[in-house]
Amino acid sequence: MYLLEAQHISKRYANHEALKDVSITIPKQSIFGLLGPNGAGKTTLIRIINQIIEADEGQIRIKDEVLQPKHIADIGYLPEERGLYKKMKVGEQLIYLAQLKGLSRSEAIRRIKDWFQRLEISGWSEKKIEDLSKGMQQKIQFIATVVHEPDLIILDEPFTGFDPVNANLIKDEILKLQEQGKTIIFSTHRMESVEELCTHIALINKSEKVLDGKKQDIKNQFRSNTYEVLHLGNINGLNPDYQLIQQEDIESDYLKTTVQIPETVSPNELLRELIPHVEVHAFQEKIPTINEIFIAAVQ
Amino acid sequence: MNKIGLIIKREYWTRVRKKSFIIMTILGPLLFAGIVVVPIWLASSESSDEKVIAVIDESGLLTNSFQNDEDGNIRYEYIVRSIDDAKADFSESNRYGLLYIPAIDINDPQGVTFFAESNPSLQLLNNIRGTLRQNIRDVKMERSNISRAMLDSLETRVSINTINLGQAGKEQQGNAEVASAVGYVGAFLIYIFIFLYGAQVMRGVIEEKSSRIVEVIISSVRPFQLMVGKVIGVASVGLTQFLLWVGLTLLIVNVAGSFFPDLASQAATPVPMAQMSESNPQLEAMQSISSAFDSVNIPLLISCFIFYFLGGYLMYGALFAAVGSAADSDTDTQQFMLPVSAPLIISIVTLAAILNEPNGTLAFWMSMIPFTSPVVMMMRIPFGLPTWQLILSMVLLVGGFIFTTWIAAKIYRIGILTYGTKVNYKTIGKWLFQ
Repeated sequence: MYLLEAQHISKRYANHEALKDVSITIPKQSIFGLLGPNGAGKTTLIRIINQIIEADEGQIRIKDEVLQPKHIADIGYLPEERGLYKKMKVGEQLIYLAQLKGLSRSEAIRRIKDWFQRLEISGWSEKKIEDLSKGMQQKIQFIATVVHEPDLIILDEPFTGFDPVNANLIKDEILKLQEQGKTIIFSTHRMESVEELCTHIALINKSEKVLDGKKQDIKNQFRSNTYEVLHLGNINGLNPDYQLIQQEDIESDYLKTTVQIPETVSPNELLRELIPHVEVHAFQEKIPTINEIFIAAVQ
Repeated sequence: MNKIGLIIKREYWTRVRKKSFIIMTILGPLLFAGIVVVPIWLASSESSDEKVIAVIDESGLLTNSFQNDEDGNIRYEYIVRSIDDAKADFSESNRYGLLYIPAIDINDPQGVTFFAESNPSLQLLNNIRGTLRQNIRDVKMERSNISRAMLDSLETRVSINTINLGQAGKEQQGNAEVASAVGYVGAFLIYIFIFLYGAQVMRGVIEEKSSRIVEVIISSVRPFQLMVGKVIGVASVGLTQFLLWVGLTLLIVNVAGSFFPDLASQAATPVPMAQMSESNPQLEAMQSISSAFDSVNIPLLISCFIFYFLGGYLMYGALFAAVGSAADSDTDTQQFMLPVSAPLIISIVTLAAILNEPNGTLAFWMSMIPFTSPVVMMMRIPFGLPTWQLILSMVLLVGGFIFTTWIAAKIYRIGILTYGTKVNYKTIGKWLFQ
């Protein structure tokens, strides 16, 4: 079941093409990592989903309907460039933003109070935004993004500006939202949080989609039959089909060797080949990180 | 609730609660009331420092011709001394000045000198000069056997009554001076209000853009709604301020009037004066002014003021919003401000020409073109103009602001998302046709 489908989206600006025939499907209840180098077109795509700008070609479908103004209430958007009205009080501002998303005043107040407790910031309601630290402002902005309980939450670099404790707090809230059935589009350059949180990813490079799918499937695509072996003693006279890619000294005479084997060979055969030569202490397949996949795909 | 309504409400409340708004609202009427009250108060108050001027008249022609000032500000004292003695102990005499009239030749009076510690005012010198001239003339007339009565009978006072023929054939007494004063005040107020509140719209847009909240807002509402909401919100602030000013000014003038009964009678009611004397020419002028005020249709004037203020402001407000959206900071707006504000400045500059001919060709066209009509119309209305012109001008103004709002929205929706690039006319042209 897909929550959102982007079909053949193209967008041209005066001087360049921002998106070229991009199609993406975002499953319900996924945390969908939208990755790509700077200027690849991620923000353009996010703005099209938010109906801030219109695509030149293609269409967006959300919950099996063509995207239209009424869906504004179904989407919560945390832009990368954050901003709030500096002179406005926290409470007033959140009520205003929630009302713009279609909540009634009383409902907005009730939910904002809830969120104040969840994020441990009760009693901030009367403070002015300009008097808050950057991290505190981020919390307010996060509440503004999710207060109307949208089905789709779009977070652009949600962790910048947070200390590790608060970053964790937000991370837990994101996971909780997913549990509740929300779908999250997560755009970031921090690959470790993609690794940790995302269930699906799509990679956009130079206005085109390069790859997309389940995170695990993509990782499998990029497997290269490479294994890491931790051992004592030197590997000599190994089958020439097996390539020693790298070898490094680990403390107390252990060596770590990276070996790539032909596709037809199973890891058991590699082990069998190694055992006569060295004493094996650890053996594992080297699965590519998202970071490595990103760099490989972009180059 | 309607989203534009929400935006208007926020723009309105955040501005109305600002300290600067409250201060301006209180200071404005104090200033206006001050302009009305202070001159009257100064004129009516008895000045305590009486100036004494000693007169040494060696000619003997001007005995007792210098009259003390009615308000008792200046008192003349004739002394009989030599000028050198008087000068010598002048500083101890505590006198303001010393007027020395030597024995003069009546056909060529030379050597009249005024000694004082500081420069005397022009008004005082004019008074002295006037008195001297008149007295010398009287002496000359006497010598030529012309009596004062004869001279008076030669002088004729002429005044022209102006009557406006209304459409219903009703005659209204008009007064060009009053009409032009009312026109000037109305025109300038509109000019100032459009700039003041137009600039507020512009700064509001820049604030939203530079604080980056705009992206959050326009993921909830259309850029057009945000722009229109802001323009209307600020307009309501302007209207609130204007009405508060009018109300508070009236209140202050009235309160001040009750404290100084003198003031009230001089400022507001010409009636007691009417009882004083019948033949006073000054009084006739006062009466004609008050009847001229009757001839100015006050309700029409105020409702036209509100219409042209709102119409003109809405037209320029949208343009100011567009200017703000194309800039990253206040300083970036300079290059776009000139073409936007030029028509306003032109309409102020041409006011004098329009005053000469309130129903001429220039006045007609300037009051039809929506860019100049708000200011120029305020100048024309007190003089009276055909109803069809007023209606046509209003229709054109409404059309004008729909047009500028449409143009501005095209610039605005792209401008607010454009950061860091230097926007020039070429880029704006591209946005318009995108």
